[in-house]
Amino acid sequence: MRWGEIIRRLVLVPPTLFGVAVIVFVLLRVVPGDPISMMISPGASEADIARLRALYGLDQPILHQFVAWLGQVGIGDFGRSISVRQSVFDLLLMRLPATLELVLLATVIALVIGGLAALTGILLRGRRAEWAVDGGVGVLLAIPDFLWALILLLLFGVLVPLLPISGRTDPQIDLDLHSNFYLIESLVRGRFDTVAALLHHMILPALALALPFAAIIARLLKASLAEAEDQDYAQVARARGYSRPSILLHEVFPNALIPTVALGGVQITLLLGGTVLVERIFSYEGIGNMAIDAVINRDFPLIQGLVLTFAVMFIALNLVVDFVVTLLDPRLRHG
Amino acid sequence: MTATLAIENLKVAIGDSNVLRGVSLDVQPGEVRGLVGESGAGKSMLGRAVLGLLPANAVIASGRITFEGRDLLAMRETERRDLLGRRIALIPQDPMTSLNPVKRVGSQIGSLLRHHLSLSKRAALTRAAELLTEVAIREPERVLSLYPHEISGGMRQRVLIAMAFACDPSLVIADEPTTALDVTVQRQVLQLVERLRLRYGSAVLFITHDLGVVAKICRTMTVLHAGRVLEEGETAEVLVRPHHAYTRALLAATPRADRPAEALRPVPPALIEQLWSDARKLDSMSVARPA
Amino acid sequence: MADIAITSPAKSPSHLGAGLKRGGARLWVGAALVAILVLVALFAPVLAPHDPLEQDLLSAQLPPAWMQGGDPAYFLGTDSLGRCVLSRLIYSARTAVIVALIAASLAALIGVALGLFAGSFGGWVDQVISRLIDVWMAFPPVLLSIVLAAVIGAGLTSVIVAIVVVDWTRFARVVRAETMVQLTRDYAAAARAIGLSRAKILRLEILPNLVPLLVTLLAVEMGIAILVEVILSFVGISVSGDTPTWGSMIAEGRQIVYQAPWIMAFPIGCIIASVIGLNLLGDGLRLALDPVQRS
Repeated sequence: MRWGEIIRRLVLVPPTLFGVAVIVFVLLRVVPGDPISMMISPGASEADIARLRALYGLDQPILHQFVAWLGQVGIGDFGRSISVRQSVFDLLLMRLPATLELVLLATVIALVIGGLAALTGILLRGRRAEWAVDGGVGVLLAIPDFLWALILLLLFGVLVPLLPISGRTDPQIDLDLHSNFYLIESLVRGRFDTVAALLHHMILPALALALPFAAIIARLLKASLAEAEDQDYAQVARARGYSRPSILLHEVFPNALIPTVALGGVQITLLLGGTVLVERIFSYEGIGNMAIDAVINRDFPLIQGLVLTFAVMFIALNLVVDFVVTLLDPRLRHG
Repeated sequence: MTATLAIENLKVAIGDSNVLRGVSLDVQPGEVRGLVGESGAGKSMLGRAVLGLLPANAVIASGRITFEGRDLLAMRETERRDLLGRRIALIPQDPMTSLNPVKRVGSQIGSLLRHHLSLSKRAALTRAAELLTEVAIREPERVLSLYPHEISGGMRQRVLIAMAFACDPSLVIADEPTTALDVTVQRQVLQLVERLRLRYGSAVLFITHDLGVVAKICRTMTVLHAGRVLEEGETAEVLVRPHHAYTRALLAATPRADRPAEALRPVPPALIEQLWSDARKLDSMSVARPA
Repeated sequence: MADIAITSPAKSPSHLGAGLKRGGARLWVGAALVAILVLVALFAPVLAPHDPLEQDLLSAQLPPAWMQGGDPAYFLGTDSLGRCVLSRLIYSARTAVIVALIAASLAALIGVALGLFAGSFGGWVDQVISRLIDVWMAFPPVLLSIVLAAVIGAGLTSVIVAIVVVDWTRFARVVRAETMVQLTRDYAAAARAIGLSRAKILRLEILPNLVPLLVTLLAVEMGIAILVEVILSFVGISVSGDTPTWGSMIAEGRQIVYQAPWIMAFPIGCIIASVIGLNLLGDGLRLALDPVQRS
């Protein structure tokens, strides 16, 4: 393992987060519009406005506010949400598991669909039907996640009402769980009817998130498989009497996986970003759903908390992808 | 005695160009035949045709390829795949790219042995270590656990040779195995091939453009140009008393220890042109002939 | 001295027939779809059966004419305020095309300018611009556009600004890379050798070579502009008032999707057709204009 490389990346994380925090903090306060004006009822007096401002510390100079905020974050206090009147930390804790489960499910679906599409494409290589696979993947790519969310909602929620289109779970079900990781905990505890109910609600938004990513994986993987299949070692394998499926699976695939993960892995951030709209469309109670309202209400503490959370996830994701690539490619391991 | 490999009048075309124009040659059991020619002569294509690895757009217009009396071209896919790697083996040209970069050496040899010989995992590893010892690789257990990029080019070629002889083949097709190596390593590789083929009793079709190599290891040789056999026979005979002008020209262009460098003469372009036009005439003749 | 002509490779005549053939089905299908879109946008007043803003509360939430309860006068049905869905769709196309054209062109202008600077000047100019692009691209585009539009407020201008601000980097990156590649080519060195100023080289030699690439990017960018407008409408921040847009129709439709699904369905169909059409056109143009180019 390239230890030096990994340590270097880890060391760069805090300053990067710091930079993100600074940018968001300043941006929010510099542009017009502030949370107080979103909250006040008409007819509020100047004194009331000033009092509210002071309550949230918005009358202090920016640097002051930033240092104060940093100090609080240091001890785990992200402040209070102005629009929701709860601790930002509590809000994040409550909703983050929902989004994480959704993104996880979406990733699994995307890998399966993308993998199958790439496999079909490579097996049909050179034949006319290959064009159909390429075309299908192209269509998947052109339609973004929120559009898929709307289409799926229409098709399977309304026109052919198979699945629910809002919420994380059926309000009538008594959950009786400890954590907010409803799906994972239910699975671990063997409560399969709860799992079924949860999946009922999650499948459409997860599918919407997954489809564009699946298209990216399909395209990448198929191209990598095709390129690897043309390499000498794959040709030599043919001279050893292995069948084409066997060569594709054992010789070609491990090689094709490397560029696919390297280039495609980073795109999982697409899934993260997509939760903002998709959760909204399906009224799914994750952090993405909170983001839109937070922005509209100019809820500074909440926006800052959300942005930092997203940033941490982005960075962690990049690190994991790099780690996995090093695992897959022995040539990268020895310096 | 049935020839190990018998190619009769093989004609192969790729798109518009005729790559092999009626090539006939045979390799008897235990024989080492050299297949000589410059790049583009069709030597590699011939090897590929025997292995059934011609490119997808290649057409076999006519001819037969028999291996130990069995028609390779008419064979079912599954039968052919059973032969490949086991009774007919390949030593590929470029050791740097012919091994799978993400699998360990032991894993690559092992899967070959398990696939064709149905050995258990442990038996396969033992046999793999034996094979590496046969190709003069020291510390075979260590090398088995390494990845290709962790061993030298010469060692990689020896691994490939080991894999070729692993299942006791009747025929080994060596596709320019010394071309990508430097001269000192070449000698070792040739010695290895000679030793192993004697040990396993394999026939060898040695494809190369280097007459020096042919002189060292091949008892018989075939000279190929533009997909046509120009000359063939016992190496000793052909190299001392070449019949065809092309063979003579090739000899004159080959560096020898007993001849000064200035005596080297390139193959005359006029001769090459003549040969190509002869080849094309042959094409048009076979088209004009009624079916 | 002035007689020396320097021809860059891409200026060689590209045969129309060969180009069209390279474009293939993508070019034709894409061009057809985009042509329909543009024509509908142009001839909206002629094509639309009703005034898109005209409300008829007695005929609210009527289904399309072919379904039970439909009215042939309102071919695709009506929304909650009794406005003709078909007419609104048609006029939305007009808004979409206008927004897409303006936003894509502006994004192209900024992106190409910065990309050219970065690519041709190199050095610290390139460093600064490249860092800027990297940081910019690190922000999730959806969040960025929502933040922007929320900050600037509703309206056509803010939608356009949001699109430009979010996606100029697409042009900048590609143009920067291409410029650097072109500058290493022989004809550019020859131009420099005879003393052509950097600006002249950019204008005369490099820019024309970039045209095929830019045309493709513009087509794709227009598709993106349409999508961003939808996102913003959905979030409640878009073109203000009654001006019909596909995005606002979808947002309204989402609220009553069980009662009147067609209000959401038809705009989605229009968007998909437009975006796929623009993508295909961009792809087809890329293949037709220069098969060696890689986007």
